[in-house]
Amino acid sequence: MVECLKNEHVEIAFGYPGAAICPFLDYLYRSSIRHVLVRSEQNAAHEASGYARASGRPGVCIATSGPGATNLITGIATAYMDSIPMIVITGQVNSELLGRDVFQEADMTGACEPFTKHSYLIKDAAELPRVFKEAFHIATTGRPGPVLIDVPVDIQTSEIEEFIYPQKANIIGYKPRTYGHPMQIKKAIAAISEAVRPIICCGGGVVLAGARDELVAFAQNSGIPVVSTMMGIGVVPMDSDLYLGMIGMHGHPNANHAMGDADLIILCGARVGDRAVSSPEQMAQKAKIIHIDIDPAEIGKNITVHIPIVGDIRLVLQDFAEHVTNTVPAEWIETVLHHKANYKPNGVADNSSGFVEPRSFMRSLSAMMDENAILAADVGQNQIWAVRNFNVKEGRFLTSGGLGTMGYALPAAIGAKLAKPNRQVVCICGDGSFQMSMCELGTLCQNEVNIKIILMQNDRLGMVKEIQDKIYGCRYAMTTLSGNPDFVKIAEAYGIRSVLATSNLEAEQYAREMFASDQAFILVCRIHPDTPTI
Amino acid sequence: MKYTLSVLVENQPGVLSKVSGLFSRRGFNIDSLAVGVTENPTISRITIVVNGDEYMVEQVEKQLNKVIPVIKVKVLQPEQFISCELSLIKVSCNTKQRAEIMKISELMHAPIVDVATTSLTLQFTDSGERTQTLISLLTPYGLKEIVRTGTLAIEKGATTTRKQST
Repeated sequence: MVECLKNEHVEIAFGYPGAAICPFLDYLYRSSIRHVLVRSEQNAAHEASGYARASGRPGVCIATSGPGATNLITGIATAYMDSIPMIVITGQVNSELLGRDVFQEADMTGACEPFTKHSYLIKDAAELPRVFKEAFHIATTGRPGPVLIDVPVDIQTSEIEEFIYPQKANIIGYKPRTYGHPMQIKKAIAAISEAVRPIICCGGGVVLAGARDELVAFAQNSGIPVVSTMMGIGVVPMDSDLYLGMIGMHGHPNANHAMGDADLIILCGARVGDRAVSSPEQMAQKAKIIHIDIDPAEIGKNITVHIPIVGDIRLVLQDFAEHVTNTVPAEWIETVLHHKANYKPNGVADNSSGFVEPRSFMRSLSAMMDENAILAADVGQNQIWAVRNFNVKEGRFLTSGGLGTMGYALPAAIGAKLAKPNRQVVCICGDGSFQMSMCELGTLCQNEVNIKIILMQNDRLGMVKEIQDKIYGCRYAMTTLSGNPDFVKIAEAYGIRSVLATSNLEAEQYAREMFASDQAFILVCRIHPDTPTI
Repeated sequence: MKYTLSVLVENQPGVLSKVSGLFSRRGFNIDSLAVGVTENPTISRITIVVNGDEYMVEQVEKQLNKVIPVIKVKVLQPEQFISCELSLIKVSCNTKQRAEIMKISELMHAPIVDVATTSLTLQFTDSGERTQTLISLLTPYGLKEIVRTGTLAIEKGATTTRKQST
């Protein structure tokens, strides 16, 4: 198994030990592959996810059988929803005892069925080289996703006659289409040239396909304005001319308007999730839809599509590039840019209030960060404050978009920093989400991971509180975090420098200190509980 | 509307649970499902009858194609395939009724495969509709047990649903 990982050029794995995975870990320990010991298995999956997203290579996470494995599941499901390439290796009880409910036995292949792209339960050690080859191939090609390899402990210690790592995976039923159909591309080009109010909607698929340059070039050459989904943030720099903003429930109003007014929508690696497009059918009635996706099942699932193109977005956009010219009427561009210019972000700092105003602080923070910084945002108000106010330039934006898993940002940021040690990595959390993965401060210290954590403390589960404000008559059922600790002291107990800011001025001052430091840093911002999300 | 799908899968453990799990998970209604090995022992065929609309059957087809061990999915065109299912029907029967049931058996071409003092078992191979007719005919005698395979289907003429040779 270790040899398989080496053959796949794996450099780092995130995991937690246990009896059923000990034989493998014992060999891993003696290999050149670095193992990062997490504090809870769920975070091993999130760290592998952050690593995968920052490095563009599959993340590897490891856990023991039973509870170790089941703890991974939320992380696996998070990766599955966001199509993150990941290899999950779990120990399993002795193969002869399978199915007898022995100590720490859990049916992982069964439990993970809905959340994995594929899974294997190994019955014979001789299968391992083929299975690893296939697993890496499946995880990284087509629409990426997590693949589980469940290995009984006795298989880990059995010997095989000869180790030959296959050159190629050969799976008869798995041949993802990469090139778009020429006929469909032709139709799309024709539709683009006829469109009066075209728009490009860029999703997470563009990031996964590494098609950032192609998309920017396509937008520039065709002159078509771009909106993005939350997962597509960072593909087109927010300050570039043709970028209008994020669509969706928490998106920029001008971006939503532009989508609503368009007569041609080019969906690029965007699956039209319910949070991005609330009434897709209405949209499809008003506009012609071109949908480009590597996964045929996404096309026509959530929206009626007029021109479907199945293929790798990078290759499809390259094909587009040869034929597209700028035919967009100036009037349309004027309209969308006018709306963009009229959009004024909310949130004004008041330095005498005793609180940090998070939306304006996000904008200041954004201006201080490196051009290629990686930003990880958690789930909740902090996430929306970040996506609406950060200007992601040459860097990356990581968040749990599909599953909306609280506690994702801290482990994902750790994983990203280990993938890109020379890049600035910033993690934005709320006090709710931070406490879901706070134990990872131990992992951070043990591995000397220099990430910058911005902790937004409002002593509330703010986004749910806001729903209660609007729909549940201000009855704050289970949304007050009155038992919160002094986070600065918690950080200090770990030996991490931490400060509390109670105004934007203070927060900005501390942020400068934070970015100047070469150590991990936790900046706790006191936020007024009534600060809105938008 | 009912749709019949012919699905070729790799003959390996766990495939059936992957396929059937997908149906319940995505809220597709299965009418029947039958599995058996094909002319190639490494490949099995699953014949699935689903109840739904065009959107649903398109989703079923696409989602099935995403399952890694699924090799090929074909939605069989109405009128373009032959389908049947095998049923074993155990019916209560006293000595007086035996002759009557034997007549039904002859009439419907459903041979009696087991005889006991208080029961008869009929074997029937035909369409779901004809099976229902037989069941209605036998119901007055008291149905003890019915075992059905679910629908099997094959395309008419020389057309086949097979793995393309590569």
